[in-house]
This record gives sequence, structure tokens and C-alpha cells, in this order.
Amino acid sequence: MTSTTPAPTDPSTRGIAVQLTELRRVYGGVAALDGLTLHLEPGELVALLGPSGCGKTTALRCLAGLEDPDSGSIEVGGRDITGVPTNKRDMGMVFQAYSLFPHMTARQNVEFGLELRGRDRSARRARAGEMLELVGLSVHADKYAHQLSGGQQQRVALARALAIEPQVLLLDEPLSALDAKVRAQLRDEIRRIQLEVGTTTLFVTHDQEEALAVADRVGVMSVGRLEQVAPPAELYSAPRTPFVADFVGLTNRLRARVEDGRAQVLGGSIPVLPGSADGPEAVVLVRPEGIVVEPGDGPAPATVVSASFLGGHGRVVARTPEGEEVSVQVANTDVTRYRPGDRVHLAPRGDAALAVAD
Amino acid sequence: MSGRSVFRRRQRVFRWVTLAVLLAFFLLPLLGMLDYTTQGPGGEGRTAQTWRTLADVSTVSVEYPALKEGFLASVGLAVITPLAMLVLLVPTMTWVRLRLPGLSRTVEFVCLLPLTVPAIVLVVGLTPVYAWVYYLFGASTLWLSLAYVVLVLPYAYRSLDAGLRAIDVRTLSEAARSLGAGWLTVMWRVVLPNLRTAVLSASFLSVALVLGEFTIASLFSKKNLQVAMYELGKSDAQISVAVGLAALVFGFVVLFAMSFVGTRPAGTGRLARRRRPRKENPA
Repeated sequence: MTSTTPAPTDPSTRGIAVQLTELRRVYGGVAALDGLTLHLEPGELVALLGPSGCGKTTALRCLAGLEDPDSGSIEVGGRDITGVPTNKRDMGMVFQAYSLFPHMTARQNVEFGLELRGRDRSARRARAGEMLELVGLSVHADKYAHQLSGGQQQRVALARALAIEPQVLLLDEPLSALDAKVRAQLRDEIRRIQLEVGTTTLFVTHDQEEALAVADRVGVMSVGRLEQVAPPAELYSAPRTPFVADFVGLTNRLRARVEDGRAQVLGGSIPVLPGSADGPEAVVLVRPEGIVVEPGDGPAPATVVSASFLGGHGRVVARTPEGEEVSVQVANTDVTRYRPGDRVHLAPRGDAALAVAD
Repeated sequence: MSGRSVFRRRQRVFRWVTLAVLLAFFLLPLLGMLDYTTQGPGGEGRTAQTWRTLADVSTVSVEYPALKEGFLASVGLAVITPLAMLVLLVPTMTWVRLRLPGLSRTVEFVCLLPLTVPAIVLVVGLTPVYAWVYYLFGASTLWLSLAYVVLVLPYAYRSLDAGLRAIDVRTLSEAARSLGAGWLTVMWRVVLPNLRTAVLSASFLSVALVLGEFTIASLFSKKNLQVAMYELGKSDAQISVAVGLAALVFGFVVLFAMSFVGTRPAGTGRLARRRRPRKENPA
């Protein structure tokens, strides 16, 4: 069998830069977007992450032209498209809800956008076949939406969005209706396909694992504003605000004394991240994997509250004499070493952490 | 015999009795009409003369010109009214659902209002409007479709509303828009095909109402099939009743055909079955 899957392209040759500047959108006195500014490099996949109501979907809908911002501008490839209607924006979109046209087969769905662009029948069929091959659904080309599973429907929707060779691909929580296993599988597939076609992509999700796994950069949003945009590893290890530290991954809030760029915490000293607060009364935000726990007494004693086996790793929660509960990540094989009530001692590993005023 | 099987037998008997009573209720008047139209002169013997006359279109056209006029007007109205209703309601309801959801209650109220307005009040209200319509465009019977669109609004609204609720019209139209479709394409290629059952159901009700409407046409002194039949009944009752029976059967066949076409879901038609790949052999 010959594969028609396109060869991976250099993302920069296909993608196009996107610039959202000072976007503002207010609904009934509540600002869904409050001066959002975001830049997407050509071929880049940026994930917008945040809790419900933070404005991430509004940002994506403004880019798609499905919402009109009250102020601000949207540029794609250097062209201002703020007032351009949705159907003239040349963007492919995959929605959270299943959006295949129920009266069309998978192939007809993929051909729809090409038909609107005046492609002849043979070109449409060839392109639709190529796209369905790309998402691994060639054998289901003649099926209707109700004959496909949720994951298959979202794959067809992705093929449909990509078939028109859009300038920008918009993914509005496309995996949230799927079960965990399919979600993880499709997530990786989306990333593979995005790298192959090299289209600049904005991916909106509330699932941090999803965002961290697929994105080149992740933007964390809160109340209509971007808190931080950074590559996943940087976002996780060097959060710039307490909100980011809290929202992405687990964080321990520990009282500490911060002086000369170092925080004295749990009997040890760790460097603090740039932008941290100074002073004798600060709080450092330390990841569970940034702390070690050992049985017996030590400079920072604590009592085990619980020890849980979580599959790939384990978690021990211990209470300090000051009443702080500290969550510590341990090897899954070590979980059985700890029982509630055991005396242990804690120490920081030495990773830099963000310090904020108490 | 167990209690359950007795209960089932009773249920079956009850179903058949109900069906028989309903069939009798609907069929007996029709049989009465058939009986009357096949009676010989003076009520003696049987003859198919009335039906032969009716089947001869050229004779009917010459001998009963009012009937021909009424029939053509009713057919015209049965075509124009559903079309006008769909052109008015489908885009309006879709737009309200997509862009002005706050207005949905108002639109519903306006559409259901004709249920509460008696025909005579409607005619009184519409008379000045029709005076202008007749003055500007001529006094064709087909203008009755304006009043009929108002009459069918409540029924059509209910059908279309149910259809719109059954699909995610917002996501579908946004998906189509993002792929490059303008609003007309969205309506024609995406919304309407998915509202097929609702549209047919609304059209079905409109056709049924138009084919049976008498009061408004009569009050406006316009001749549709019902008015023509009524007038014919004064001079030739047998032909009038035969036309009534034929109209009922014709209406039934049209509506049955429409409902049959409308209830077939996408992907289950003959063409779709042919397009569908065969199941792979597990071996």
C-alpha cells in the first residue's frame, strides 16, 4: 500500500505569524479579554491554558472572527484582519463540540471547504483522501458522523480544517469530549500532524497536561489576561506569578525568609526566581519534586499525614510543627516506607522557586 | 395461564379495539361519501357516473369552471404558502438562535399569536392591507398565501423549533463559516439539510391547512377549492361530495408521501447504502 501522507515540512516554510494586540472584549460589564497581547511565530503551536471563564476561548473566537473584539487588533502575516469576516479569514478550526455536518460523509465533510474554494471534483477527492490518510481514517471515508466514534469525528474535523490549507489552525478544546485514553492518543496525533503540515496553531485547553505535552509555548490566562507565555518546561520550573505556579502542576506554599536572592526554607537554602519578593516574611512556591523526605529526625522535622501510590510515582504528605502541609514526590517503590504518624524530616532539593510576599 | 400472559392478551385486544374504533371514526364518513357519490338517480341503484365525470378533466374544466379555478388556486396556495413560510421562518429562527437568543421568547410569542386570533378578526385586520395589495399587484387568489402564512406560523414554528433544538446549529454554522461559507451557503448547504424532517413537517402542516381552509377565502370572496366545493354543493351535491372525497384522498396521499420522504435519516437512503463500504471479512 502506498502512503499519501505528506512528508514533514519545515514549519517556518508553511506557517505564518499571528499577532493579537491589546484585545479587549466585555460581556455585560465583565471583561472576558482585558488587553490580551500574544504573538505566534510561524509554524508554532501555542496552547492557551486557564480555568473556565479566563477568556481563552474568547481569544480564539476573536482570532477566528466568530467574536468581534471591542478594541485591539489582530494581524496574520502582517495583515490586519480585525474586521474581516470569519469566512474570509482562511483559518481552519476544530471545535469542542462535534461539528461534522451530519448529512455528509467524512469525505464530503473534508471536501466541503475545498468545494467552496472552487476546486474541481478530482482535486477535491485527492486532497480529501490525502487528509483522511493523514488522520488515519481512509477506510471510514464513506461513513456518516453518526457511524463514527467521538475520536474519529474529531480526527475528521481536523482533516477538514487542514484540507483547506489554512493560514492558522485553531483548536478549541477539541479533546475535552473524549475519554482519557483516546484523548492522550489524539493529542499526540495532533502534534504529529501539526509538525508535519507546519501550520501555525492556537490550541485552547483547560487541561494542563494536554497543553504541556503538545505546545511549543503555553500561555496561562487568568481573568482575561495572559499571566505568562513560555515553553512548557520553563513555565513549570520558573513560573512568573503565583497564579501560574498554582495553576500549572502542584505547588507547596511554604513560609520562608528571602535574602540576597536565596530563600531559607525547610532547613535549607534555595535560589529564588527573578521577580520574587524579598523579606523575612515571604512564601516560596515549591514543587513536590523540589523537596526530599527521609525517615527519622532532621533539621526540618515533620509527621507523615498520608502516603499514596500514584502509578508512575508516589506522594507523601507531611505536616511540619508549624502546621504547614507539605506534599513531596517520591519514587513509587518508596511509598511503603512511610505510614501516617511516622516521624520524617524534609529538605529542599535546591531547585529555584518563586517567592511571593506573605 | 399466568397473570402476565392474560394481561398481555388483554393489552393486545385493547390495541386492536382502539385501532378499529379509530379506523371506523375516520373511514365511516368517507365510506358514507363514497356511498352517496355512487347512488343512482333518485337514490336507487349504483352508478360511477359522478366519478367518470370527475375523471374527465376536459369536461370538468368546461362544465365546472369554478371548480377548476378553485383547484388551481388551492394547488398554487399549497405551493406558495409553505415556501413563503420557510423563507420567512427558517432564516429568522436560525438567526435568532445564533445571534439574538434573547429574542427567542418574543419570536415564539409572535408566531403562536395567530392561534388566539379568530379568522374573522384576522380578515378585518388584513382587509386594508389587501386593499393595497390588490390595488398595487392585482386581485389574484394567490395573495391569500399572505394570510395563510400567518395562519400556519404557530404549527410551522413548533416543527422548526424542534428541528433546530435537535442539532447544534451554532457549531455547525460556525464550522461552515470557518471553512469559507457565506450565510446563504450556511443556510442552504448546512442548516436546511439538517432540518429536513422539521422543514417537511412544517410544510406538511402548511399544505394540510391550506388544502382545508375555507373561512378566510370565503370572507375575502376568493375562490379556493373549499369555496368552490361549497358553491358547487348548492347546484350539484354529488359532484361536490365526490370532489371533497377526492381532495381528501389526494391530500392524504400528498401528506403521506411527504412524511415518508421526511423521516428517512441521512445515510439510510438507497444512494447512501450504495456508497457505504461493505463490512470487512473478519477472516
